[in-house]
Amino acid sequence: MSEPLVKVEGVSKKFCRSLRKSLWYGAQDLGREIIGNRSGDRGKLRPDEFWAVKDIGFELKRGECLGLIGHNGAGKTTMLRMLNGLIKPDQGRIEMRGRVGALIALGAGFNTILTGRENIYVNGSVLGLTKKEVDKKVDEIIEFSEIGDFIDSPVQSYSSGMVVRLGFAVAAILIRPDILLLDEVLAVGDIRFAIKCLNAVRAMTNDAAVVFVSHNMHFVSSFCSRVMVMRHGVPMIDSENPSEGILNYYSLIQNQAQQSGTGEAWVHDATIFSSGDLQDEVEPTFQQGAEISISFKVDVARPDTKASVLVYIADVAMSPIYCIQMDDAGNRPLQITDGSYEFSLDFGRVELSSGKYSLTVVVKDDATHEILSRMQGIAPFKVFSDTLHWGKVTRTVQASVKRTGHTARDVSQ
Amino acid sequence: MTEPHVTIYTSDSSRTTSAKMIRAMFTDLLASRELAWRLAVRDIRAQYLQAFFGILWAFILPLANTLAWVFLNSSGIVSVGETTLPYPFYVFTGTMFWAIFMDALNAPLQQVNAARSMLGKLNFPREALVVSGVYQTIFNALIKVGLLFIVMFFVGVKPGVSLIYFPLGLASLVLVGTVLGLMITPIGVLYTDVGRGLPLLMQFLMYITPVVFPMPEAGMARLLFSFNPLTPVVSTVRDWFSGQPPEFLLPFILVNLFAVVLLLLCWGIYRLAMPILIERMSA
Repeated sequence: MSEPLVKVEGVSKKFCRSLRKSLWYGAQDLGREIIGNRSGDRGKLRPDEFWAVKDIGFELKRGECLGLIGHNGAGKTTMLRMLNGLIKPDQGRIEMRGRVGALIALGAGFNTILTGRENIYVNGSVLGLTKKEVDKKVDEIIEFSEIGDFIDSPVQSYSSGMVVRLGFAVAAILIRPDILLLDEVLAVGDIRFAIKCLNAVRAMTNDAAVVFVSHNMHFVSSFCSRVMVMRHGVPMIDSENPSEGILNYYSLIQNQAQQSGTGEAWVHDATIFSSGDLQDEVEPTFQQGAEISISFKVDVARPDTKASVLVYIADVAMSPIYCIQMDDAGNRPLQITDGSYEFSLDFGRVELSSGKYSLTVVVKDDATHEILSRMQGIAPFKVFSDTLHWGKVTRTVQASVKRTGHTARDVSQ
Repeated sequence: MTEPHVTIYTSDSSRTTSAKMIRAMFTDLLASRELAWRLAVRDIRAQYLQAFFGILWAFILPLANTLAWVFLNSSGIVSVGETTLPYPFYVFTGTMFWAIFMDALNAPLQQVNAARSMLGKLNFPREALVVSGVYQTIFNALIKVGLLFIVMFFVGVKPGVSLIYFPLGLASLVLVGTVLGLMITPIGVLYTDVGRGLPLLMQFLMYITPVVFPMPEAGMARLLFSFNPLTPVVSTVRDWFSGQPPEFLLPFILVNLFAVVLLLLCWGIYRLAMPILIERMSA
């Protein structure tokens, strides 16, 4: 049980930028493979080649889940393809112990002319199951996929959502692997079906060693016991603490300020500070619970305007978490006219969960509802917490609890 | 609990000792049976569901070819030497057998190309694609053979006891075709030149095989015919089918023995090539 199911040692993989050269190198590799002396050029690159994956190593035991995160092109999918035995590493060694299942290509091998039911059997045998084995599960698959009467219609007539739903249902119900490879498969169908998939995958991951590739940090933090951040094929960090890995990933994201609006106002010099600043070289990092203050400057050029200023704290996906409204001294909504202003506000305790955030400041003409300036992604900052929290915002409260008696139900079930 | 199966991937060549490799090849072949069958049924169904003329397509081309050659011969544009069988029947059997051979030849590359997206994402025994291609070739061949028997009845050619060897002849067509197809597959997946040049080469090859006209009596052409390994295959199949004594029995046996050895070799190369090809397919 304690023996690692996945052992990866110093694995590297080269890719080629030029198609023509790539094909030629392929022919060369082919020749060498047949002669029997291929060794990936002992780590040398041929012209136009680059390392898609470089020196990756890890071990996974049953019940562990490794999250591979990184930008597009960081080499995550290439790594999965090597683990799955589809392509060979150019250096290093991969050892897989037990049955490998991959939820990677949903509906690969579907023939659109055939019916859904026929495709279940085709896909089943691609996954290595016999007709009898599929027979036992076919009703469960159809029910899970929610395809209904369409199951006996050609897949051609399905909506794209139905195809992936069927693809997911087939794979998720048929495979019972020791090692599970997952690549961005949880974004299946509508939100309700995605939750269903999530639970199905969770059931599978309990009993397997899992390698999970996703851009969704929420899924990563809820599934993974370990996180490896990859950048240009190189492992940046391999952490037993998923929130540390995720934070590291966030710090890779280049923050870009974007301005829109009529341009008659200008927001600049925005900063966020706190006495408990953890002092990151690039961006301020705050411990969850620290008190923070925000300051920025606004210049308004439109004459005789009555403008309001709104501040948002947005997460890394630019979806606003907090909307900060400002009142003047008389508790009326704050309004400014043309001129230069300096704002400073005490935000108070940071209740945000660990992650990367930035400010959005909007200056709006209240009479015409025109946006004079909308600055997005300014004053980026990170929040760090030692423990992983589920919500986007965490608040600690004092509760009063009274024990009211014995429970009649057996809670252990 | 049984010891779990351990798989190791490294950068070294997967070529091992022949005994080990052949054992692995046959293990995978066995494991791919069910999948190959499913894929074949899938492809055949899809093919005929989407074609109005259905199984007619299995012999429309050879039929057209026959008509063209019968016309060329009877109008005197091309004069073909004496054939022991009625000439239309000679051409028809020849083109049908050639078509079966070509089906077998094209199948491996076609199957691998059609399965590109699947190959790049799923790990399944790669043998399944080749076997599925063979199944489909056999299915189409049976339709052709059915038609051949009907035509034979109408033409009035009497088959002899040698007809019992005829299935062997068909198997030989499929075997030799598959071997050649498997041989070109690795490079054909990388470079489309192979797929494009193939029809050209095969057209030439057809004219130095006794398909539409018999082997010339003398000259350069006779030499080409006799060095062509397909000559004994096609002519023996026809001889067995139509009750003639097989003219090239010994070369036929030799060609097939050689084809079996070559099959093992090409199959091994195909296995070694797959991961490398997949890498280049979908980079």
